[in-house]
Amino acid sequence: MNTIPERRAARPIEIGKWLRPAAPALGVIAALIVGTGLLMLAKVDPVMAYGVMIKGAFGGPRQIQETILKAVPLVLVALGLSVALHGRQWNIGGEGQYFIGALFGTLVAVTFTNWPAILLIPATLLAAMVGGGLWAAIPAYLKVRRGMNEIISTLMLNYIGVLLVEYLVRGPLQDPESFLPESAQFVQAARMPAVVGRLHLGVLLALLLAPLVYLLIWRTPIGFRLRAVGSQSKVARTAGIDPAWSIAFALIFSGALSGLAGIIEVSYLHTRLKGASISGGYGFSGILVALISRLNPFAVLLVAVFFAALTIGMDAMHSLAKVPATLADALQALVVLFVLAAEAIARRGEQ
Amino acid sequence: MPWDTILTWTFFIALVTAGIRLAIPVMLATLGEVVTERSGVVNLGLEGVMISGGLAGFLTAYTVENSALGQAVPWAGTWLGIFAGILGGMAMGLVLALLCVTLKADQVVSGVTLVLLGVGMTSYLYRQRFSSLTARVSGLEPWPVPGLSRIPVIGEILFNHDVLTYISFILVAVVWFFLYRKTWGQQIRAVGEHPAAAETSGVNVSQARYIAILIGTGLAGLGGAVLTVAQLSLFREGITAGKGWIAVALVIFARWRPELALLGALLFGLADSLQYRIQALDTAQLGARAIPYEFLLMLPYFLTLAVLLTRVRKTDTPAALGRPYVKGKR
Repeated sequence: MNTIPERRAARPIEIGKWLRPAAPALGVIAALIVGTGLLMLAKVDPVMAYGVMIKGAFGGPRQIQETILKAVPLVLVALGLSVALHGRQWNIGGEGQYFIGALFGTLVAVTFTNWPAILLIPATLLAAMVGGGLWAAIPAYLKVRRGMNEIISTLMLNYIGVLLVEYLVRGPLQDPESFLPESAQFVQAARMPAVVGRLHLGVLLALLLAPLVYLLIWRTPIGFRLRAVGSQSKVARTAGIDPAWSIAFALIFSGALSGLAGIIEVSYLHTRLKGASISGGYGFSGILVALISRLNPFAVLLVAVFFAALTIGMDAMHSLAKVPATLADALQALVVLFVLAAEAIARRGEQ
Repeated sequence: MPWDTILTWTFFIALVTAGIRLAIPVMLATLGEVVTERSGVVNLGLEGVMISGGLAGFLTAYTVENSALGQAVPWAGTWLGIFAGILGGMAMGLVLALLCVTLKADQVVSGVTLVLLGVGMTSYLYRQRFSSLTARVSGLEPWPVPGLSRIPVIGEILFNHDVLTYISFILVAVVWFFLYRKTWGQQIRAVGEHPAAAETSGVNVSQARYIAILIGTGLAGLGGAVLTVAQLSLFREGITAGKGWIAVALVIFARWRPELALLGALLFGLADSLQYRIQALDTAQLGARAIPYEFLLMLPYFLTLAVLLTRVRKTDTPAALGRPYVKGKR
């Protein structure tokens, strides 16, 4: 049965050995080359443009802080997804979970306005995680009980979640003193406190969660069962693991972290719940971050900062050269595409 | 509820006519995905493919209409735009085929990335060309079929559309014929069921999958272009609003069959049409008691979830769906 094609046998084995670890770097380089082409399409000098980008993202303490802040929601979403994807559960509903998390957190923040910060902040964060988790529990239930593909259900719930929040902020939750579709402003005690400069508590949380998620995946029974289910081999069944719990855990855990990302952004940056504008597509970019990081929580930190730098740098370029800032989104997807291609080529080389 | 307004023929005819029209983009994408998935490749990037076709079509139509050619031949912009939409979709298809067929990369990862690439890239390219302006193209007027469109109710509903709507319906028949009555189509289905056996009987698996992906993405690109060039006459960021994902869901609902894809898409078109009508009624007649429009906009997404609750038999699914084919490996 094993007739290995001659062509593949003749391929030098070394290709895979160096290509695979280098794939992310190669992906970034290839994407930047395509990006250069796109910039020239906009009649912008690419050398100048990349200069502006780097300066915009890392040019000084203020810029570096902005980049780190931008990376926080990406880290949280991607950490959740690293867990989910280790179990091969495709939660692409991060965006919806982000919004519902922000909504639940907001409900607590605008209700218990007389609570002290030491109580109110943990309560809002917890509520947001519950909200995001609940929103992900719907596809989890549908998958475990009804066999519904989670990719489509999580995606559909994105649209429903965003629309629900958009209705609430122009309806029942609208600030009576505002003409805009937005909730009442959070009291000071409900906002993320700054720790160093503009860096807030969320940065610490993100840094703390990375090793915790690593331990969860590699050092706990939950993580073991999750990886067994994700490996799609017979290991899980032979070991007597009920995949239902792992599926539910994977989806709900990643939902909770997306919800956490939502409330952190809302309470610190916007100080109130608003419509579509409260997310920069973090639910989606987070997927790309997790993929390039190969689901490694520590790599997530690094890649998230890189993606954040792309976005912040592109904003700087936008105000200077009128290059549409959405180029950052396209570049991020291109990076993943090229990494994917490089890894696939490497795998073929190894065979 | 203003029942006297709802329970009239005029209302019913307007509802169903609009429903058919709204079904066309989703229908074309679903039809395309049926072909692709029948070859064993699942293209989750449909949303990105559709929006790419939509932008390629729109940019071409806009450019031609504002050129000497467009001044001389008024319909050139629309039809060249539609053609460009197909090519735009196929270009994305080529990326997917390279990744999933040639390089045997993970189909889910490739698909999700393709969506984000399509959405990000179209947003960049549109803003780069028009910044924040809303550009418009001329669109496509309805062409009532002479004679047939006069038949009461049925004629009014079925034969009062633009030419692309008729073409789309014909395409369903063409795809059905192609899949079930032509050797090519049979080969594609064989590759999706049992690639190793197909290979043994002399079918080139990779080639069949390339063809199936290009047909599928061409149709999805056409769907996107119908939306932007013919129906809405404009492009917006994220204009497909999940239609590509809905199409992915509809393929399951349709049990991978073209004729049922038509049915599923019509169901969606009707729901969408109903949603718009209720919005219009609401503001006109119910005033303050209106159902919030956000809830009406949620309808297609809820319907997608509902549709996926229907049980699918294992035998309906192409057996090799989602699995890369490596020669000599089983």
